[in-house]
Amino acid sequence: MTTFSERLESHLFRTPQRVAVYLQHSGQPDLPIAYRQLLRGANAYARTFAREKIQPGEVVILILQHGEDLIYSFWGAILHGAIPSIMPFLTEKLAPERYRADLAALISVTKPAAIVTYPEFETEVRGALKEGDSVRAVIVTDKLEPQSDADFNTLPGIQRSEHDIVLLQHSSGTTGLQKGVALSHRAVFNQLDSYSQALHLNDNDVIVSWLPLYHDMGLIAGFLLPILAGVPLVLSSPFDWVRAPYKLMQSVSQYKGTLSWLPNFSYNFCAQKIRDRYLEGVDLSSWRAVINCSEPVHWESHHAFYERFKLYGLKLETLQTSYAMAENVFGVTQSDLARPPKVEEIDREAFMTERVARAPVNGHPAMKMMSSGKPLSNTRIRILDEHGRDVPHRKIGEIALQSDCMLAGYYNRPDATKKAFYEGWYLTGDYGYISEGEVFVSGRKKDMIIVGGKNVYPQDLESLTYEVPGVHAGRSVAFGIFDEEAGTEDVVIIAEVDSKDRDEQEKIADLIRQHVTKNSAIALRYVKVVGPKWILKTSSGKTARSANKEKFLKELESQS
Amino acid sequence: MNDSMFSVLEQYIASRILKQPNRKINPTESIISSGLIDSFSLVDLALFVEDTFGVRIDDSELNAQTFDTLTQLASLIETRQNK
Repeated sequence: MTTFSERLESHLFRTPQRVAVYLQHSGQPDLPIAYRQLLRGANAYARTFAREKIQPGEVVILILQHGEDLIYSFWGAILHGAIPSIMPFLTEKLAPERYRADLAALISVTKPAAIVTYPEFETEVRGALKEGDSVRAVIVTDKLEPQSDADFNTLPGIQRSEHDIVLLQHSSGTTGLQKGVALSHRAVFNQLDSYSQALHLNDNDVIVSWLPLYHDMGLIAGFLLPILAGVPLVLSSPFDWVRAPYKLMQSVSQYKGTLSWLPNFSYNFCAQKIRDRYLEGVDLSSWRAVINCSEPVHWESHHAFYERFKLYGLKLETLQTSYAMAENVFGVTQSDLARPPKVEEIDREAFMTERVARAPVNGHPAMKMMSSGKPLSNTRIRILDEHGRDVPHRKIGEIALQSDCMLAGYYNRPDATKKAFYEGWYLTGDYGYISEGEVFVSGRKKDMIIVGGKNVYPQDLESLTYEVPGVHAGRSVAFGIFDEEAGTEDVVIIAEVDSKDRDEQEKIADLIRQHVTKNSAIALRYVKVVGPKWILKTSSGKTARSANKEKFLKELESQS
Repeated sequence: MNDSMFSVLEQYIASRILKQPNRKINPTESIISSGLIDSFSLVDLALFVEDTFGVRIDDSELNAQTFDTLTQLASLIETRQNK
């Protein structure tokens, strides 16, 4: 067993000139960063943390955009033995007050000793600090110790034990107290070992990623896995990708990329929004796996992606699936890379009413389910009913798991950690079934919306809607509807107002759209403002999200 | 600004992106920095402009600094059409 610092030391010793990361920025030439340079950059941060008297084992929050500083500060924290946690940067659509409030809430739970950010953003960060809180230093990127070669004899990071917490991943939630998933060195290496085995990771691999590092898929698969394993990483940003999705294909072609991870919506996005002119000369034949995870997986999305890019050398078996979550470091299952994931048709009615996945009876409506593959070699899965009992084969229940790479806990949240486990099994909150050893994920317990790979809680959006003048508390409902064209969910908000005037209602709809987006960074697809008594309530007066969703969908259908 | 260009853009954004066909868009209203058009829809807008007006919009131009209102977008299109 080993620690992150020991692994880096071994790369530095054996292959100092080997490129760890090809860093991409729109409009700039790619920047190759070899291990020696990676550690020189990281050492500048490690020495800065020491200068600021940050102790090993203390948390350091990184509020930086895609770029060298984010990479160096992360590994600098590791070399210093501190615990890095990457936070999303403020985007232009999110209101700064909301960002500050979320940051203040995070600080109160996580108790970081330092925050790293840009000089331009320092005032913003200081605005979230309070007298007497845990933050002793706001470190700005232009006041660092100079870059220098790392001396592993004196770096505190090398003294860490494999059982120590190495990093925190913050699960997304739009508002309120976030949960920081705390992971040990050992848990991460156990995950990387079993996941690499499922991937048949080898010396010819090149990982191409644009995923954000504050999310588990980006941080683990698109950052730690390649850098710790010595596999080159071509790293771009979501900001650039969403404006120029073709660059993913060009990068795979240029660097002979072999592995990528994408959330389901991006299969549709790439298939629909890339012009032929950007694909001239592109060769995707080196791509051996593009792994769909972090959103429900849809066969139709794979199909559209394959049809669009097969002319450019894309192989059908390249399109794969995984079921993953930060609480298990990352991967829980992985489909077999040798063949396309299993797709089966099940009877829709039996699925809805009997909670069982069975072949459709002649002529009955069917739904297509795509497998997420088998559990990793270190992970065991059970499917439980509401009483915590195992359900039979092909029956739908809650997915529970156990492994040697589970979270050490939600950081400083023993209450939340305790609630997440049942008799030593982690309860995922996702529904699914097992067939011939393969896991099919079919839905989720809570009314959570997953839009573009981001988890959104409807109650957060509803609370924001109540803040808009003209909308009364309890008279709004938010939910997601699956958008086949986009391959992800669209967010819908319905709000009841007293006014029956159409113009007045449109105005309020606008205000809701602006206010909710500004305070959650979630784009709303449908905002429907209606007169009194539109929203359906349960007998106890609660808003029934699924009933309102049905009603909305019916109205939408009758309009088109 | 050319009125027909404006109404074509307005209609596209209201019906296809915002899904509120009756929504009016003020020519000087900010559409990107306000979050009205999210980043996922920016590429759609660029593709629509390319197909409809026969001008190229580069991915590096899909930001509020290049255009944030319909007036600015229309003048960008007109400059390119006149080249």
